[in-house]
Amino acid sequence: MKAFRPLHGAVSLLIDQRTVFKIISLFACLLIVFIASAALGDIKFSPVVAFQTIFGFGDPFQHMVVYSFRMPRILVALFAGAALAMAGAILQGLVRNPLASPDLIGMTAGGSAAVTAFLAIFSDKSNALTVSIGWLPLAAFIGAAVTALLVYMLAWKNGLSPIRLILIGIGLTAAMKAVTTMMMIIGPIYQASKANMWMTGSVNGSSWSDVLMIAPWTIISLVAVMMAGRHLNMQQFGDELAIGAGARVERQRIFFLVLATALVGGAVAFAGGIGFVGLMAPHIARRLVGSHAGGLIPATALIGAILVMLADLAGRTLFLPLEVPAGVFTAAIGAPYFIYLLFRTKG
Amino acid sequence: MSAIIMDSVTLRYGKESIIEELDWTVPEGKITVLIGGNGCGKSTLFRSAARLLKPSSGHVLLDNILLEKMSTKEAARKMAILPQSPAAPEGLTVLQLVKQGRYPHQTWLKQWSEDDEQAVQKALRATSMLELSGHPVDELSGGQRQRAWIAMTLAQNTDILLLDEPTTYLDMTHQIEILDLLFELNEQEGRTIVMVLHDLNLACRYAHHIVAVKDKTVYAEGAPEHIVDADLVKHVFGLDCLIDRDPLYGTPLCIPFGKGRRAVTG
Ligand SMILES: Nc1ncnc2c1ncn2[C@@H]1O[C@H](COP(=O)(O)OP(=O)(O)OP(=O)(O)O)[C@@H](O)[C@H]1O
Ligand SMILES: [Mg+2]
Repeated sequence: MKAFRPLHGAVSLLIDQRTVFKIISLFACLLIVFIASAALGDIKFSPVVAFQTIFGFGDPFQHMVVYSFRMPRILVALFAGAALAMAGAILQGLVRNPLASPDLIGMTAGGSAAVTAFLAIFSDKSNALTVSIGWLPLAAFIGAAVTALLVYMLAWKNGLSPIRLILIGIGLTAAMKAVTTMMMIIGPIYQASKANMWMTGSVNGSSWSDVLMIAPWTIISLVAVMMAGRHLNMQQFGDELAIGAGARVERQRIFFLVLATALVGGAVAFAGGIGFVGLMAPHIARRLVGSHAGGLIPATALIGAILVMLADLAGRTLFLPLEVPAGVFTAAIGAPYFIYLLFRTKG
Repeated sequence: MSAIIMDSVTLRYGKESIIEELDWTVPEGKITVLIGGNGCGKSTLFRSAARLLKPSSGHVLLDNILLEKMSTKEAARKMAILPQSPAAPEGLTVLQLVKQGRYPHQTWLKQWSEDDEQAVQKALRATSMLELSGHPVDELSGGQRQRAWIAMTLAQNTDILLLDEPTTYLDMTHQIEILDLLFELNEQEGRTIVMVLHDLNLACRYAHHIVAVKDKTVYAEGAPEHIVDADLVKHVFGLDCLIDRDPLYGTPLCIPFGKGRRAVTG
């Protein structure tokens, strides 16, 4: 622990060196996965070549493969993973239950429902879209936000009770899944497979314009969560203690929920419903650096980013020439992890 | 002067009233102990002082200011509250927990001032938690955990302290240690202390003022020597007992009747 007080104590902070060290290590892992992702694929480079190319010293071919094909999807995976993970950490802090996650609260399902609805509604008889596909992310975002809003409104009863939030979230998730299925039945066949891909979560086909939207969105949210970190810490103690210690619990809870929605909306909009990241990443991070927001939030973001980047890397290298969506891999690790967590929290 | 005033306060959970038209004044600079049977509403009273439960009628005043007119942060700088069974987030260390007590004194820019540092060190030392400060709270024994929570409450550095059963889980040594600590805080720094205790004998020894809660209101209040007798114990707890004088302190000593073994003599 080291106190940091510049400007004659007008500004003061407390920094734990061990946590800083762990976060730097995670960041190093992220860089390694990043370089590996740039190097591997149907065309393989050595890590050194990939590294050089990232910094602009590759030949035109290498440059094209890394910059035009791989970097956009790697970066979207990175930011979507970080965003989903942070949203999970926030929700788990608010609800004080390690099982809370954007998937469980219905946000991801809402985003996916909106995407299928969009594809079904805006297709003409010949299966062509009547509006630009560029609107799809917006539809996903609106879907996540509307579902979140519905959950909050239905759960609100003289304040926001965490348990009601979860129960209503589970109910709405089911409802949204029903909407999704209905839209897929109504909609044209070819659209259904596209919608399915989206729902599983994939960064295939990400472009630089996607990166330029999701990156600032996620980074701004990260800064906002970090700045409100001590309030998030207080939320984790529950109302009785938090109010006693002078926290404006309801107001802060709404702030954090809006932030979590923004994060999930952004991620679902650009990467689809990549599941279980919001559940696993915060849990692993808590094991590593504890529950204190100052360490938990950056560690969670890094772990989430690494998980989704790895899932995408596995998806496009393990079963060549087939490409498997990243969401399949996060679900493959996430589902058993969820069951393990269920067992652990039972006692 | 009075630290807290409850004026004809009624408290309800839903339709059911737990406390009805209760008047209560907490004297400033004194130790007040609340006694009463399980479920009589002691914790509920604390919850209303903690701004967690709004009175359905009546008023609560803190430092002669209406509690509802005060910002919650302002109230938290005057009064710290330790709930009956608080829960810490997983993996949080004792130090991180105790630091959280500084919350109402911090701003966005001043997240860790010298005052914060000193208050936390003092609280850790007073509760003898210095050596355990790096330990996760959820891996401590019940008594150690209780002391960590008390340290957090102390770190808040308020003139008024409300503690709901601060000695539960503690072994006899630590019970006395914590009560001595609170007694000293009161003697030396004039802090107002309000606590719930289930041990009537310790309550009589440490309290200047005892408040017995029964039938949704205050049954009796005053100095232990004046109010604690067999009649009060019978009414408040429904227990027959003999009240003697503590041979060391002269305060009332309650010896309950019941079954049990007699000592083998001769
Ligand atoms: N959140 C709640 N909702 C509804 N009823 C409650 C709630 N909390 C407590 N009660 C009820 O209010 C009554 C008073 O409870 P309270 O916790 O104030 O008792 P207490 O005097 O602190 O008891 P103890 O000595 O066991 O701690 C009890 O009958 C209890 O069942
Ligand atoms: Mg109680």
